[in-house]
Amino acid sequence: MTEPILRVTNLRATVAGQQVVEDVTFDVPATGVTAVLGRNGVGKTSTLKALLGLYARTGEVTLAGERIDRLSTDRIVRRGVGYVPEDREVFAGLTVAENLRLAERDAAPRRELVADLFPDLVRRSAQRAGTLSGGQQQMVSLARALLNDNRLLLVDEPTKGLAPKIVGQVATALAEAAATAPVLLVEQNLEVIERLATTVVVIDAGRVVHTGDAAELLDDPDRIQRLLGVHTSENAA
Amino acid sequence: MSTIVLLLITGLGLGALYFLVASGLSLIYGLMGVLNFAHGSFLTLGAFAGWEVARRLGADSWGVFGLALVVGAAVGAAFAALTELLLVRRLYERHIEQVLVTVGLALATVALFEGTWGSDPEFIEGPAWLRGTTDVAGAPVPNDRFLAIGAAVLVLIGIVLFLRYTRFGLIIRAGVENRAMVTALGIDVRKAFTLVFAVGGAAAGLGGVLASQYFGYVSPHLGAQLLIFAFIVTVIGGLGSLTGAAVAAVLVAVLQQFANYYWGYGDLVVVLLLALVLLVRPSGLLGRRA
Ligand SMILES: Nc1ncnc2c1ncn2[C@@H]1O[C@H](COP(=O)(O)OP(=O)(O)OP(=O)(O)O)[C@@H](O)[C@H]1O
Ligand SMILES: [Mg+2]
Repeated sequence: MTEPILRVTNLRATVAGQQVVEDVTFDVPATGVTAVLGRNGVGKTSTLKALLGLYARTGEVTLAGERIDRLSTDRIVRRGVGYVPEDREVFAGLTVAENLRLAERDAAPRRELVADLFPDLVRRSAQRAGTLSGGQQQMVSLARALLNDNRLLLVDEPTKGLAPKIVGQVATALAEAAATAPVLLVEQNLEVIERLATTVVVIDAGRVVHTGDAAELLDDPDRIQRLLGVHTSENAA
Repeated sequence: MSTIVLLLITGLGLGALYFLVASGLSLIYGLMGVLNFAHGSFLTLGAFAGWEVARRLGADSWGVFGLALVVGAAVGAAFAALTELLLVRRLYERHIEQVLVTVGLALATVALFEGTWGSDPEFIEGPAWLRGTTDVAGAPVPNDRFLAIGAAVLVLIGIVLFLRYTRFGLIIRAGVENRAMVTALGIDVRKAFTLVFAVGGAAAGLGGVLASQYFGYVSPHLGAQLLIFAFIVTVIGGLGSLTGAAVAAVLVAVLQQFANYYWGYGDLVVVLLLALVLLVRPSGLLGRRA
């Protein structure tokens, strides 16, 4: 087993005086998609934000063996971390082209890759991002992360609130992204998990309650029911 | 008719001065959420710096006056950048402390200016043309009004071009919307903070030199006098909106001139306008809804 790309040890985070990440420890392997699962409000988003220094945090975080838990957010990102936040967070008043230009960190950003993955964005480059549909905004948000050569991608609920057809497109884009860098993916849609994830980390009440092989967990509906309180698609059907 | 023209152009001139202060206030608030009560001091120091230049090198020459404008803007920019780097930077997200430190800086610098230049106004000289008037539709309009209006229009165009076509401008526009996401793209947004302070300080410093021509004197209280109305302009225009600040500056100043002339209650009318805008459109004329 090779060295994990990200090691998180005893991560805690507080927001507005409230502890939102209690004590989180897990590794992200250097390849593949690691899915973070958990019920609503258990601290998945907060965990990603704490990793990035967007929330005040303590504990130890290493990226490719180097400590990043004392660095500011912009420094962490410049070390090669791409972030696709929950709810996309595109700059509504900026055009698509400006959103993408702002995200370019590398000397040679991968504009062709992004144009191939999201031809729609090329056509709409002069359009204000605030006037795009949710799916298109998600493409902008993903494109911003994919423009640079990252060592790790943090992607938070990219399919949330999207039409089923768009969910498929986003999953395809994520699969392409995962071929270029390991991905830590927060996702509720079990079909997307099934398609992409190699490893899973389950969080409950601000702590990790399960880590393991993705396929193994997905084959165990009782366990999913216990950990997540949801039925798998087979059960539901 | 000639009275109306005179009031209108004088109002535009005053609006130009308000805009030179309000543009910086609005950008700083929009990007950083900082209410900068020290902004008037940037203007006052710029005014005194310009006055010192004119006094030493000969006030009636256009070359010296041009230099005074440049020096006023540069001094305002440097003072503002230092304020950001040394005081405000440590206090981001701590809004009460920010207000205290910028109010404190304003009070301390006014006392310093009084100690240095005396508390009485110093009447100023300038190129002869500025003291003259130009006939517009029968109204003798003081020439310094045209200068203030022209300078403010150039500053507005300059800032708009800067925001639209430079990378820093892009960072600032994005940061006004969502600062955390800008840092999450790997951008050190603090450099943009310093730059915005410097740009705002430059506009205020330039405004100081022009304001001393407009009023005919420099005084340690010049900045505070304009800052009150600039804050009102900023709120009416919508915090963070540059175009809003420009529109509101003209609206407030012209209204103030007319109300002063016809009723003598210009300042009261401005406050009533502020109250009306806050009631009907709390986010300001062109502000984003929170
Ligand atoms: N900015 C904030 N201010 C106050 N409370 C917050 C903030 N962010 C998160 N919380 C609280 O922290 C807890 C964890 O929230 P978080 O968004 O991390 O959960 P999540 O697992 O991502 O949820 P979801 O599945 O709904 O996205 C919640 O109780 C939430 O109310
Ligand atoms: Mg979340």
